[in-house]
Amino acid sequence: MDYELIVIGGGPAGLAAAYAAWEKGLRRILILERDRELGGILNQCIHNGFGLHRFKEELTGPEYAGRYIEMLKATGVEAKTDTMVLQITQDKCVSFLNPIDGYRTVRAGAVILAMGCRERTRGAISIPGARCSGIFTAGTAQRFLNIEGYLVGKRVVILGSGDIGLIMARRMTLEGAKVLACVELMPYSGGLNRNIVQCLRDYDIPLYLSHTVTDIVGKQRLERVTISAVDADRRPIPGTEQSFDCDTLLLSVGLVPENELSRQMDVEMDRRTNGPVVYENMETGVEGVFACGNVVHVHDLVDFVSEESSRAGEAAARYILEGETAKEPLLTVENGSAVSYTVPQRIRPAGVDRNVKLFFRVNRVFGKAVILVRSGETQIACFKREHMAPGEMESVILPKTMLPQGGVLTVSAEEVEA
Amino acid sequence: MKELICIVCPRGCHLRVDEEEDYRVTGNSCPRGAEYGKNELLHPVRVLTSTVRLEGSAFRRCPVKTRQPIAKELMLRAAKTLDAVTVTAPVRCGDVVLSDLLGTGVDVVATKDFPKTER
Ligand SMILES: Cc1cc2nc3c(=O)[nH]c(=O)nc-3n(C[C@H](O)[C@H](O)[C@H](O)COP(=O)(O)OP(=O)(O)OC[C@H]3O[C@@H](n4cnc5c(N)ncnc54)[C@H](O)[C@@H]3O)c2cc1C
Ligand code: SF4
Repeated sequence: MDYELIVIGGGPAGLAAAYAAWEKGLRRILILERDRELGGILNQCIHNGFGLHRFKEELTGPEYAGRYIEMLKATGVEAKTDTMVLQITQDKCVSFLNPIDGYRTVRAGAVILAMGCRERTRGAISIPGARCSGIFTAGTAQRFLNIEGYLVGKRVVILGSGDIGLIMARRMTLEGAKVLACVELMPYSGGLNRNIVQCLRDYDIPLYLSHTVTDIVGKQRLERVTISAVDADRRPIPGTEQSFDCDTLLLSVGLVPENELSRQMDVEMDRRTNGPVVYENMETGVEGVFACGNVVHVHDLVDFVSEESSRAGEAAARYILEGETAKEPLLTVENGSAVSYTVPQRIRPAGVDRNVKLFFRVNRVFGKAVILVRSGETQIACFKREHMAPGEMESVILPKTMLPQGGVLTVSAEEVEA
Repeated sequence: MKELICIVCPRGCHLRVDEEEDYRVTGNSCPRGAEYGKNELLHPVRVLTSTVRLEGSAFRRCPVKTRQPIAKELMLRAAKTLDAVTVTAPVRCGDVVLSDLLGTGVDVVATKDFPKTER
């Protein structure tokens, strides 16, 4: 064995996982990162609002990443940047490529998958119209502006109201661009409420809910975008068209976990999250292979990524130092009404320390509501919420003593009468 | 009575602020929300984040922020002011890149470390 633990990806997930594994006693840990620096997507998220949970302070993305990079410097964790991981096998041989080592294969006792996610592109949502230039994903435009220093356009329409699109609406406005509209297919925004307020309303940028882009015109560069209102089935309503003269269309239409490596090594996947199925300690279906962060499910807050990833790092250390977790008894977690996924998908009570945190998303907007956890037909826990929306990840904590010894747990959301 | 969404943390509480009653805030889950609600009606402030030109590094832009929030109406002018600022590596997170932004008394600081390197 060359390393006790190899972490694939040096974003916030990989950094927190490696740090936690070191704290729990592992000494031969390697992080592999394909970018030229550690920190992942946080390097381009220069706005603030990170770290309120984790550091009790409002930090920018680079500051948040910087904290973890400093913490790691004080450890003996090894990191290779500019290093692309090409393959991982079930017996944990990791093959990678970089300018210094060339092509190399190293063997690990445990592996943590922390490859993050990428943005959905125009192809993935098939917008009609011309194939001209001037159409970017919001994250690409963010990278161009914040890392390279190029503003991608002057008159902008944004399709999708995910957080990255909202953040870019403000950012491009501050840099002198005119953001004409933010257009959202659903009747509610996909981003956090605070971003609607401080990125759109602060700058009088109109948000068109229940609208979509129905035409794109442009010979070489984009010239005009037409939007239309949609009906309850999300079909454009004829006669509602309005056009904007613009040179740029940003797409902020969701993120997809980056799981080519996971699929290639035959890790069992969850079709709801597009990420690996994980147990209570973030272990995947392949023993000794763990996963955390956006590669498992798309997070909106990096604080939760760090927390989840620390658990993965601790579990990997325990696996190396104490051996595997007893497979029985086993609980499976399933969607109840109005819930679109849960993480973890499986719980081995033997692997639970004191409690288990269940993350999930609801599939519509709720006012006053309750979250119900049932074991079979029996309700075992009930949590109150004032407000829930698909754009905001929810979580509940179940104490170990409450867990049944097997069977199915369901999580559902229900309205309560005011 | 004004209805606001608190932007201090991601929870996004729905606040109600009563102008008649000394800007009393309800609907907040913590004291920071009460402070935000009152300020938002009296003199709204925001933290500005942006980048400035960077020399002496493999990277071209250095991310920055205002150390304290500034008046909301200054945001566009403040961002424009930063266009003229250049910093040279090495840069440490927290270094002041522009002091007393637009006479507000607020400093603009770097938010990332850059060692000195060739481009
Ligand atoms: C464009 C964009 C903008 C975002 N903006 C915000 C925001 O404003 N606020 C917020 O809270 N959240 C934001 N998010 C969500 C944010 O990504 C997460 O909160 C958090 O950064 C996820 O951490 P991660 O480590 O799982 O993923 P990442 O930060 O994406 O890190 C994954 C790392 O793995 C590396 N990697 C992937 N594949 C390989 C491979 N084969 N070999 C080697 N390395 C590999 C990548 O280069 C990357 O550095 C954004 C996400 C995206 C995609
Ligand atoms: S009131 Fe407190 S908890 Fe609620 S959004 Fe504001 S800061 Fe967050």
